[in-house]
Amino acid sequence: MIKHETIEKNAGLMAVLIIIVISAGGLAEIVPLFFKDSTTQPIDGMRTYTALELEGRDIYIREGCHVCHTQMIRPFRAETERYGHFSTANEHVWEHPFLWGSKRTGPDLARVGGRYSDDWQRAHLYNPRDVVPTSKMPSYPWLFDNVLTGDQTARKMEVLRTLGVPYTDEQIANAQTDVRGRTEVDAVVAYLQALGKTHTNYDVR
Amino acid sequence: MSAFWSAWVTVLTLGVIFGCVWLLFATRKSQPHQEITEETVGHSFDGIEELDNPMPKWWFQMFVATVIFGLVYLLLYPGLGNFKGLLGWTSHGQWEEEMAYAEQHYAPVFQRFAQLSVEELKQPENAEGLRIGQRLFANNCSVCHGVGGVGAHGFPNLTNNDWLYGGNEDAIKHTLHNGRMGAMPAWADVLGEDGIRDMTHYVLALSNREHDADSAERAQPQFASLCAACHMPDGTGMYALGAPNLTNDIWLYGGSFEQIAHSLRHGRFGVMPAFSGLLSEDQIHLVTAYVMSLSTN
Repeated sequence: MIKHETIEKNAGLMAVLIIIVISAGGLAEIVPLFFKDSTTQPIDGMRTYTALELEGRDIYIREGCHVCHTQMIRPFRAETERYGHFSTANEHVWEHPFLWGSKRTGPDLARVGGRYSDDWQRAHLYNPRDVVPTSKMPSYPWLFDNVLTGDQTARKMEVLRTLGVPYTDEQIANAQTDVRGRTEVDAVVAYLQALGKTHTNYDVR
Repeated sequence: MSAFWSAWVTVLTLGVIFGCVWLLFATRKSQPHQEITEETVGHSFDGIEELDNPMPKWWFQMFVATVIFGLVYLLLYPGLGNFKGLLGWTSHGQWEEEMAYAEQHYAPVFQRFAQLSVEELKQPENAEGLRIGQRLFANNCSVCHGVGGVGAHGFPNLTNNDWLYGGNEDAIKHTLHNGRMGAMPAWADVLGEDGIRDMTHYVLALSNREHDADSAERAQPQFASLCAACHMPDGTGMYALGAPNLTNDIWLYGGSFEQIAHSLRHGRFGVMPAFSGLLSEDQIHLVTAYVMSLSTN
């Protein structure tokens, strides 16, 4: 048997043994998820984000919305009463990267789509305190000035397709036309209104 | 999970636990002596030496306890592949239990108030019902309509007895259930810039505000042909279409000359979201009562 002393005095061997020991958790908890239907197959009837929604999602990431807003409704009554049905893994299989977030300074947004009108979302993004006086969310006025060119949209959709998001050739071909000339706030609002609205049936597998 | 992955998880999990057990006992066994002595492991650094004693018993027993805890846990709860655990616990099941518990406790409260009419709910002895309605309003409605229901630019004031779609119980419930979609068309192309200016004066005249009489007069025929269909010939509006009353000097999008002209030029499309999937019938009843209580004062 290897002596304790042998391992302690041989950093390379110790590193290999440490990797073997700590990988056990990941091998048992993470790897099987790559092969389960409930984590790899989309929920029934799910649609992809449109070109504009996809650009909105990228702006959502750029502005760091996911730092203060989660998109993960946990299966507790207190959450489902407020935000709607709890999130399931098969709703997120086309998310690259997923935007579950890890803390809530603001409310969860997983099912915010349709909750407020487009006008409200725009007013709120321009200056949250215009509609919610006690809000501490930052203002995002530049979203109203920045205009999208759509130069990268088709490319993004192609990349997502290689990751398994079923964008059609038609969607990719029209991507730039769908996006060009729209303001960033149009895109973000389109994305927010799509959250939780890309499918209608919940199934808990 | 397939049988292979189930076995994979089970073997890895149990392998790690029993690996820890083996390590614990193997190192204990290879200890040169089982009693506490003054002997050292043999190396010295700057005169600092390390005693070579076995692990204290309490510490060893704590390790054994964690192993037993782990095995009992895996027996009771899901953790070993497809094995559901003896308790049959799932996060989904726990949520359903919570919901059932809440239903059992809160349903009678809501049912009691559901049987009362909106008028009865406004009576002081039913204040609790209105308070529930107020809480629901604060959680769901105040984001647009303001904490006290006074609204904001583009979001109707609910306290002034002026209604876009009607202020009786049925109309308010319909609004809450299905939402509303306002559709004031844009008139810039039809009226032209001069027409917009004249029509703005006409709208100002409807509420007896300062206006240019000549301009207003020029717009009169067009108001009759274009606007009266929704806003009625006298400008008092129509609940069925959510066309606001233009005669009472209450303005959803501002009443200044420029703001009225802007509404005429670009149209207005105010949207109230539907709440039928978010609030239950009984909850909507209480919110309705609360909303109606706001405008009586």
